[in-house]
Amino acid sequence: MSFDIVVIGTSTGGLKALQIVLSSLPPDFPLPAVIVQHRGKISDDGLCEFLAEFCNMPISEPEDKEPILPGHAYLAPRDYHLLIQNGSFALSIDAPEAFARPSINALFETAADAFAERAIAVILTGANRDGVRGVSAIKARGGLTIVEDPATAACGELPAAVIERMNPDWIVPLHEIAPLLVKLIAVHNAGAPSPRSTTESAVQYGS
Amino acid sequence: MTTAAALANNIQDIEIDLLLEGVYRAHGFDFREYSRASIKRRVLELMRAERAETVSAFQHKLLHNAASLERFLLGVSVHATSMFRDPSFYLTFRRRVVPLLRTYPTVQIWVAGCSTGEEVYSLAILLQEENLYQKCRVYATDISQAVLRKAREGIFPLASMREYTANYHRAGGLHEFSDYYTAQYDSVIFSPGLRSNLVFSEHNLATDGSFNEFQVILCRNVMIYFNKELQARVHNLLYDSLSMFGVFGLGNKESLKFTPRAQQYEHLDGGDKLYRKVA
Repeated sequence: MSFDIVVIGTSTGGLKALQIVLSSLPPDFPLPAVIVQHRGKISDDGLCEFLAEFCNMPISEPEDKEPILPGHAYLAPRDYHLLIQNGSFALSIDAPEAFARPSINALFETAADAFAERAIAVILTGANRDGVRGVSAIKARGGLTIVEDPATAACGELPAAVIERMNPDWIVPLHEIAPLLVKLIAVHNAGAPSPRSTTESAVQYGS
Repeated sequence: MTTAAALANNIQDIEIDLLLEGVYRAHGFDFREYSRASIKRRVLELMRAERAETVSAFQHKLLHNAASLERFLLGVSVHATSMFRDPSFYLTFRRRVVPLLRTYPTVQIWVAGCSTGEEVYSLAILLQEENLYQKCRVYATDISQAVLRKAREGIFPLASMREYTANYHRAGGLHEFSDYYTAQYDSVIFSPGLRSNLVFSEHNLATDGSFNEFQVILCRNVMIYFNKELQARVHNLLYDSLSMFGVFGLGNKESLKFTPRAQQYEHLDGGDKLYRKVA
């Protein structure tokens, strides 16, 4: 079973956190990385250009019905919800969720529907609950869930709320998130046995 | 647990298919080709609001209860939008489209999928400030009688006025935004003068045909709710309803790319989705 998409959600403090994560993902990162960063309705038009400075993959704000391509990062455009269906994006101007549009829940829940166990969800720093339901949906459908350690987070409220609610697969410091993603994807997508089982066999037969 | 969740999701998807089919067959409103991700979220939200336990139970209400159906239609037609949303769109409209409109003796404008009317009133204000309003007729259409009723009233929350005022000024507004409305408790009502050349009527983009020829058609952030096939059909409908050299406007994250009429429009300057029919 391989992974086909990474979805990332963040709000307060996300700018810095995204810089760190995106700059550590290699240029040949094999999956699409779709990001919701809570943002103002008008003020932050330059956000995508800013993140492009740090991102080794091409990064853009998708248009409605644009296909989701591997090796590409996408940033949810301001004042729309970014949804996922089949292999493309769909936009919505439905009401904000937890005052947020784009909302992390909208992205994650539709990603869970479309990708089920092939989705990896990452929650970074944030100040409100938008994202809790979404990560739970990813987990319920068998996807992998990674949360930034609240201790490293600029704002630990969202990570802590997620951890309390749904017991993510991984809780890691910010700087380890990108390396973890790369490793997990390399292992699962290559169909190679995981390092742990190799060690176990070594213990079984080697000693 | 994964399997159980997947199974439950499968059943729910089937139920949604059946609900949309039922609404179409019983009432003629065709949501079957709406973009699945967004209509699903909307159906589930409205289902919870109706206190239905399952999508099937919700379907039962929609088929047997007229008030339920009306709430459903209203629910899928109402979007959370703002007056002068994407102010630069209106600025470009003033600068690039208004001069074109001055050359016509009369201007027919279609706001397709007008929802609660924010865009319609924004346009009316802009046309009035540009001294064009008298020769314009704006047809604002949507699928739901309930949403059209709201749009006709021209009543919006007072709490929204701060944002709308900022948008208005960014959009090149020439006066004070408050000149256009009077406050009443926690609402505002827009001046009747703005409504004189507005016609609100029912029209269903998914099922109805062309009904007039227009010099301007705005369909902003409406087709995002349609799947690609329906979008293609609606693009054809809108193209057929637009005069040669007429102007077509989309939402700022929509695109003509990969739509059937893409080659027949030229993009007006600027980052906004304003196009002119040239072929």
